[in-house]
Amino acid sequence: MDRLHTACPLPIASPMHETDMTKALIGTIRDWWDSQPEQPTIEKVHLVVGTFTCVEPASLQFAFDVQTQGTFLDGAQLVIQDIPLVAHCHTCQTDYLPEVGRQYSCPTCNSPMEDIRSGRELKIDRLECAAV
Amino acid sequence: MTVWNAPLSDATHFSKRALPAVPFLPFFVSHAMHQTFDAALEMNLLHANQQGADHNRAHFDEWGITCLNLMSSPGAGKTQLLECTLRGLRDLKIAIIEGDMTTELDADRLRQYGVPVIAINTGRSCHLDSKMVAGGIHQLQQAHRPTELDLVVVENVGNLVCPAEFEVGEHVKVALLSVTEGEDKPLKYPVMFREADCLLITKIDLAPYLDIDLGQIEANVRQINPHVAIFQVSAKTGDGLDAWFGWLRQAVADRVSRSMAHSVTP
Repeated sequence: MDRLHTACPLPIASPMHETDMTKALIGTIRDWWDSQPEQPTIEKVHLVVGTFTCVEPASLQFAFDVQTQGTFLDGAQLVIQDIPLVAHCHTCQTDYLPEVGRQYSCPTCNSPMEDIRSGRELKIDRLECAAV
Repeated sequence: MTVWNAPLSDATHFSKRALPAVPFLPFFVSHAMHQTFDAALEMNLLHANQQGADHNRAHFDEWGITCLNLMSSPGAGKTQLLECTLRGLRDLKIAIIEGDMTTELDADRLRQYGVPVIAINTGRSCHLDSKMVAGGIHQLQQAHRPTELDLVVVENVGNLVCPAEFEVGEHVKVALLSVTEGEDKPLKYPVMFREADCLLITKIDLAPYLDIDLGQIEANVRQINPHVAIFQVSAKTGDGLDAWFGWLRQAVADRVSRSMAHSVTP
């Protein structure tokens, strides 16, 4: 799949950016984990990441593996579900898949990209835990 | 501060996984007994940042301030545009929150206009987040009377990618794109241009020396964001700045009238 922003204006900016995202991710899971009566072992973390976001899944995966070492998430697997960019054309009354990086307007009538149906997701969907 | 403990435990549910079909080897017995459950979080990855941004915005609303998030790649002319804006809009009371990775060079340039400038060094981070800006607001609040301000401009770190995803509490987003960056940048970095309420195409005095089609830049932006206001400006010659000033004045006036209408409504 054609990912966004493989070329970041600052070569180092992209990993740092995903580092912040990963910190937020771990912090959120930690809050949930701490609130549990018995702390379960988290085996998998399921994320939903849209194509029309500033997140590069490979960088996120890397940052997650590094930052979880020696923590309560050590060994947990990050599973990222890619969600394509889907736009809706009001003129044609149809959904279409814009060509990210090339063309965002409707391929049939050339109307600009008005509504985005999917592709902006940046969601922690669910955790798979081993029962205590 | 994150506060989602309560709904999470409610959202937890159990689902037993199918057992592996190899129960005869002792090694797998433990696996056969292995039970897992799913905890549904369904939470935005940037939830904490978003909460912080909403908190900042509530402060701005309370003080009657319009907050603008100014974003572009490095060198597109954010600071110079701000210098022109401070010179041109002396009737508005403006403060600047200046994000810079390591230096105060930009902040020093702006301080000579006699406006409050809060410098935030982002260190290794390539964008401002709502927590950093909250720190800036706190400093602003200690040194100045925020209720006397009309506009706070947050000058973000130069970067076309990350700042687009991290709200800081702004009411409006303004993006800059200089003519030297090329027509294709909106297509390559679409999130920034999708999010912008206003786009300034800067350094248009250089256009005659470049193979650049200003109409194509606008067309590329419009296919991503049909509602964005676009102005072509040159901070060097002053071309187009009046239209930008007019837009900014209107954005502040709209904000004020909206908050007044809001306070009148029972």
